[in-house]
Amino acid sequence: MVDLVDDPSAEGFRSVFGVPRVEGTLRARDFKSDQEVRWCPGCGDYAILAAVQGFLPELGVRRENIVFISGIGCSSRFPYYLNTYGMHSIHGRAPAIATGLATTRPDLSVWVATGDGDALSIGGNHLIHSLRRNVNLKILLFNNRIYGLTKGQYSPTSEVGKITKSSPFGSVDEPFDPLSLALGAGATFVARTIDSDRKHLTSVLRAAAAHRGTALVEIYQNCNIFNDGAFDLLKEPGVRGESVIRLEHGQPLRFGTDGRLVVLRDLATGELRVVEGVPDDDPAIVVHDAYQADPTYAFGLSRLGVGDLRYTPIGVLRSVSRPVYDDEVRAQIARATQHRPGDLGTLLRGKDTWTVPA
Amino acid sequence: MTKEVMQLDRVVIRFAGDSGDGMQLTGDRFTAETAVFGNDVSTLPNFPAEIRAPAGTLPGVSSFQVHFANYDILTSGDRPDVLVAMNPAALKANLADLRPGTTIIVDTHDFSPRNLQRAEYTSNPLEDDSLQSYHVHPVDLTQLTVDAVRQAAEGPDSAGEVGRKDAARAKNMFALGLVSWLFHRPTESTLEYLTAKFGDRPALLAANLAAFKAGWNYGETTEDFAVRYEVKPAALRPGAYRNISGNLALAYGLIAAGERSGLPLFLGSYPITPASDVLHELARQKAFNVYTVQAEDEIAGIGAALGAAFGGALAVTTTSGPGLALKSETIGLGVALELPLLVCDVQRGGPSTGLPTKTEQADLLQAMFGRNGEAPVPVVAPRSPADCFDTALEAARIALTYRTPVILLSDGALANGSEPWRIPDVESLPDLRPEFATGPNGDDGGFLPYLRDPETLARPWAVPGTPGLEHRIGGIEKADRTGEVSYDPDNHDRMVRLRQAKVDGIAGSLSPVEVDDPSGQARVLVLGWGSTYGPIGAACRRVRGEGLDIAQAHLRHLNPFPPGLGEVLHHYDRVVVPEMNLGQLALLLRARFLVDVYGYHKVRGMPFQAEELADLLKGVITGG
Ligand code: SF4
Repeated sequence: MVDLVDDPSAEGFRSVFGVPRVEGTLRARDFKSDQEVRWCPGCGDYAILAAVQGFLPELGVRRENIVFISGIGCSSRFPYYLNTYGMHSIHGRAPAIATGLATTRPDLSVWVATGDGDALSIGGNHLIHSLRRNVNLKILLFNNRIYGLTKGQYSPTSEVGKITKSSPFGSVDEPFDPLSLALGAGATFVARTIDSDRKHLTSVLRAAAAHRGTALVEIYQNCNIFNDGAFDLLKEPGVRGESVIRLEHGQPLRFGTDGRLVVLRDLATGELRVVEGVPDDDPAIVVHDAYQADPTYAFGLSRLGVGDLRYTPIGVLRSVSRPVYDDEVRAQIARATQHRPGDLGTLLRGKDTWTVPA
Repeated sequence: MTKEVMQLDRVVIRFAGDSGDGMQLTGDRFTAETAVFGNDVSTLPNFPAEIRAPAGTLPGVSSFQVHFANYDILTSGDRPDVLVAMNPAALKANLADLRPGTTIIVDTHDFSPRNLQRAEYTSNPLEDDSLQSYHVHPVDLTQLTVDAVRQAAEGPDSAGEVGRKDAARAKNMFALGLVSWLFHRPTESTLEYLTAKFGDRPALLAANLAAFKAGWNYGETTEDFAVRYEVKPAALRPGAYRNISGNLALAYGLIAAGERSGLPLFLGSYPITPASDVLHELARQKAFNVYTVQAEDEIAGIGAALGAAFGGALAVTTTSGPGLALKSETIGLGVALELPLLVCDVQRGGPSTGLPTKTEQADLLQAMFGRNGEAPVPVVAPRSPADCFDTALEAARIALTYRTPVILLSDGALANGSEPWRIPDVESLPDLRPEFATGPNGDDGGFLPYLRDPETLARPWAVPGTPGLEHRIGGIEKADRTGEVSYDPDNHDRMVRLRQAKVDGIAGSLSPVEVDDPSGQARVLVLGWGSTYGPIGAACRRVRGEGLDIAQAHLRHLNPFPPGLGEVLHHYDRVVVPEMNLGQLALLLRARFLVDVYGYHKVRGMPFQAEELADLLKGVITGG
């Protein structure tokens, strides 16, 4: 197995350093499996699948060295439709399963497909611990703010007051913001994108693949059956310009018609706020920097859209380098085996032995 | 002074003291001396679940029993011949296990009114007549230790002073020295051990050495001990031996399975008593290409292992009963995915948290049936501490050959107990190298991930990275051969039966059940599984020693059962099944073979005693 050195100056898709390169080029259709796709017509998952199939050839690695692991839910059917290795596992456990695979196999590009119920409810523990460890996984979290597969109960990202079959009087559960949660867990790469924006989604996948460590990509995904239009504010041509904050490294956070809205940092509290009519030279205008070592700024960004999605940042909120769990585990083993490879006979004999003569 | 030397065949010694008195260490060292001397030896540690229960109280008592003999023994002994009691609580907690005439060496130092009260004594047992029927040696071990340590510190080779507290703490070494003298133990291994342990703290090393030697010399010089004992080495099978505990043997068995399969060994585990030592040991052995992931919970432990199995590793998770419950769903996924996976359950008292440091065999039915749906899993169980090594290899053989999760049921008594182990020759260990799928297996040049080997019914193990074999597996029912998602009723019926047939078919690879019936005249069979092997075997010897006939069989394979078991059960008039549960194997045997087994059940957190089982068997034989 390859001992990977995480070289921060390296360019390109650092998550796949050590994964065998493909000879020639693959096409999107090489990643289509022979299975009939069975999501509801109009589901946002189709667009995500197409974007992922469109992006994977860019990775430049062999198809057989890519693995998608999922849990349970509509989004977790994802692996069936990709012609790579794949495992559709059990509810919530995909990050744990992927951790075991990624740790032992540095020659694989390991992806997790999960949803808001799978990753944040039943599997919340595994998600935060993979982020804490910084395992080299790319986690695609399809957030549709509803339980689709079980036919429409509120999820841990559903808004307070949501009326569903299991909350006929309105949900009283306070939701998680997945990105705030991830940042709290020590995530090194946190991004958000939207199913319908193929170009943006692809750019975020690209950034995630360039990150060595756990990359959490939240994808706002429309469930047209049980939660239709949940993200219309961020999608409809008339309104999206006023609500979507596109994060670009080094660019001031100015958005809205004619750039009338900006994100300002309250210099006293550090809090981020959206304000109207601020001159360009105001030093409090936030210039996006995803590489800040301290997560405070990224956390502030993650809080902007909470609740009503009114101002929602999309793009890479945070991308920093930190030792990668599986690289570290392998490095310890490599050191031990290079120093003195184990000899089974010696191990079994131990120190205190005696002989019974024949 | 010359002392009389008495020859004995076997001796049971129990060291008992407060949790903080170092009794486990003392027992360990005495065991090492005894093993090196060449006796057969078997041990049973017994300690409270609390790391530090209140000092001097009955719940805080920790003990270590060593049984050694000049012949091969099977158990750690029913009742001690010698009790070393370091405080009033240790005396009180263990007195009920003593026969009249037992030797008691008791540290008198702590028999103050306050400590007697802590141990719930209303009067001082050293002064009233309550110990009359025992052979008591009252020794102020603590004071003698402190004096010896002080003397050493004042002597010409002084390594410096230690405080009174540290000096008193060396009293376990005084006790070890005294008992080592009493039984003619070789002391080199203990001296070496102390030197290694305290090498960088010369004052503490000097204190412990002084205490140990003072204990030895105390026996030699005082008149209190007029007799010394000798237990000659046992005539064991020729070979190189070492002493080994069940958890260590299990860890070594897993490492050996990794080496013999040529696969990286992967352990995903969450700390739990009494299984954590396996995690600790494997975490040390990285030089054997061993991966250990200390997971965030039991579910992640087995999840990570399953992921590693998908990637082609020899994957293991270790746990105890409550953890096995948490792993159920993932074991079910392993059944559906048909990937090799070892699940080692070191059983403890249950239900729920139960008795974490005590032994029990009550997870058998959980191992057999504790999953949703028809989810057959092979189950194996070691019979002794050293047998954990062989059973780990056997579990790996089954998992790798049949592409299935396998549950190995050890228990607390095996895990922490120890015995001499004849060190195997590495080349004699089974060859476990698996065959990975490397190319298409379908008629049309495609890959069928659920096309089965006609003999084993195992499916191909096609690991990621193999070109052309890209496939998706999952927990949804799969179509026979293709592995595609299938909701077809006939297919589901077929797949359920195929998975069952695969596990049942493992029996074909097993040797028929072996019955030990020396006279060939026995009408009663005693059948056990797991750690009851020792006491059942010892009981059979006693029964036969009294001229009665008894047949014994012991199961390593609990699912599937070995071939011929039904015939064996029906051959005898009576089948007795002692278990440390309320009759779990008995239930399986009755259901499977329609045989009216006679169960004997005890769940006291401690192994059976040979004596009680011998009485039971005699009763069944003579009572008809
Ligand atoms: S239920 Fe919703 S999320 Fe699931 S497939 Fe249908 S539209 Fe998509």
